[in-house]
Amino acid sequence: MPSDGLSISIKDITKTYGDFFALKDVSLEVKSGEFLTLLGPSGSGKTTLLMVLAGFTRPDYGSVKFGTEEVILKPPHLRDIGMVFQNYALFPHMNVEQNVGYPQKLRGVSKEKIKETVNNALKTVKLDGLGHRGVGELSGGQRQRVALARAIVFQPKILLMDEPLSALDKKLREEMQIELRQLHDSLNMTTVYVTHDQKEALTMSDRIAVINDGGLMQLDTPNVIYRSPNNAFIADFIGESSLLSVKVSKKTAYLGKAKILVEHSLEKDGDFSLVVRPEKLFLTNDKPVDINSFTGTVEESIYQGESQLLIIRLNPASHGDQLLRMRIPNGSAALSELPLIGSKVTVGLKKSDSYLVE
Amino acid sequence: MNSTQNLSLGRINEGKLNQLDRQERYTLFGLTVPYLVLVFGLIILPIGWLFYMSFIGRDETLSLDNYRRIWESKAYLRIFKTTFQISILTTLLCAVLGYPLTYFMSQLSKKWANICLIGVLIPFWTSLLVRTYAWLVLLQKKGLINTLAVDWGFWSEPIKFVHNTSGTLIGMVHIMLPFLILPLYANMRTIDKDCLKAAANLGATPTRAFWTVFFPLSLPGLFAGLLIVFVLCLGFYVTPALLGGGKVIMVAMKISDNIELYYSWGAASALGVVLLVVTMIILFVASKLVPIDQVGSRS
Repeated sequence: MPSDGLSISIKDITKTYGDFFALKDVSLEVKSGEFLTLLGPSGSGKTTLLMVLAGFTRPDYGSVKFGTEEVILKPPHLRDIGMVFQNYALFPHMNVEQNVGYPQKLRGVSKEKIKETVNNALKTVKLDGLGHRGVGELSGGQRQRVALARAIVFQPKILLMDEPLSALDKKLREEMQIELRQLHDSLNMTTVYVTHDQKEALTMSDRIAVINDGGLMQLDTPNVIYRSPNNAFIADFIGESSLLSVKVSKKTAYLGKAKILVEHSLEKDGDFSLVVRPEKLFLTNDKPVDINSFTGTVEESIYQGESQLLIIRLNPASHGDQLLRMRIPNGSAALSELPLIGSKVTVGLKKSDSYLVE
Repeated sequence: MNSTQNLSLGRINEGKLNQLDRQERYTLFGLTVPYLVLVFGLIILPIGWLFYMSFIGRDETLSLDNYRRIWESKAYLRIFKTTFQISILTTLLCAVLGYPLTYFMSQLSKKWANICLIGVLIPFWTSLLVRTYAWLVLLQKKGLINTLAVDWGFWSEPIKFVHNTSGTLIGMVHIMLPFLILPLYANMRTIDKDCLKAAANLGATPTRAFWTVFFPLSLPGLFAGLLIVFVLCLGFYVTPALLGGGKVIMVAMKISDNIELYYSWGAASALGVVLLVVTMIILFVASKLVPIDQVGSRS
């Protein structure tokens, strides 16, 4: 069922509830056929933004265009976009077939055509043969698929999803992430996906829009957002990281007394945070060029299956009293000389992996 | 390796654990005993006595006289017809008035819905007799409504609201309305609002979404309310007696007449039995049409 996705253009969307800004002048463009994720903690405004797109929340002002058409004044039932709700919102008095056929019936599609498109949609979500089941007889994963089939059966140009996987257990959720992404690629609908799960966002998206406090913080590809977050909030929220306070003066960064090498230029002086991804650290003895090294004491060493987590207290005299998290993947050579709790270690971080945020 | 030995001795602690299970069951059953005694003493026994009495004829012997009279007499047939007409009309009017109101309440925020609910409950908690007499005061020929309407020129002659079918209906609908609203409201509150959003998102106009999603989902609550109202109407006494002015005679009033005027316990009992059986049949048929576990339950 190929269909060309419509681009979405959001401009200056603002929504207040009394004094509270749910959305503050949010502007962003979603490209045609793109998988864009709105990522943010709960209460950040990401769901409000999705509801504005769907037409359920009326903003104070702003513009939403699907393609070139302004839709902000259109009621939800005229927007012609598919949506998967967080709790699926399947109609409990209809069976699977009737649920999926509902949008087609509203569109006056003939009975044979409904049957055909419903079967196709069910096949797409791998539920063929379950059309006569009641909604109550389905598992959580199956309901999720029915909701998805219902949202794509009428081949909308835009698909919205509001944390569709949050009710599933971890394993199924991870399977569905891959599957949803594949589905998106085959259907080519423009998809706006809401989640608070940063890993989900990194796994699925073409681009991620990080939303916090009703504002857009950063909009970029997962790779860029992970490697060079705009600010400390994003660095902390996306992926695992230790944020070490550093001072910048005269275009040079200092962690305590130690100089920190960074790849990007330092424009202004002041307090910054060094973003340290635990998996980028390595144990070292010497001090080669282009590597930042930190000395400290191992405080905790925790076995976590796929990796060993070390919590290291940095040497207070040289680096200030700060904690650093480090991950050694299971199976790596470094594990054979795993430092014991209480032992002194020196860890290195490449200059190219060192990144400062405000 | 010890399994055979364990089996011969019984599994570890099995007997004592089973005993605990049994004790818990007995304790739970014990909680129902006062109720069971009440049901037996106040419902089963009197109804049994009612059945027996209904077979005692005027000559104090066992006979089918009472039932024969109900079957043959046109007056009784008319009374049953009136009873059903009034009950069906009251039930329908309750649905027509109650459904939109309950829908409105279900869409409000919890706070405002509770305020509305109090508005429904206060009359519900007020004595039935008080409310019935209040209607009499309002609606009679020289009552408040007729006096004001004639004074202000809405109509020239006082309209006869009470001591007829309309008076009976007004009073009964007013008294029965909460019995429809309460189960319906409980049901409507459980309807997932996202389902209506989903319907809109999939292309349904608000009207279409209401009829294809909300209304079908509210049916269990509506049926529960209708059934309660209808069954209560069948045996209603006070309001038709006062507001009907003797012109609207329902079964319950005839039963009372039989006892108070004619001292005919047999005839009264037979009427009671017929009413009971008819009600049971209606409940049975209704339970076949709507799964009974949905009636009165939350969705």
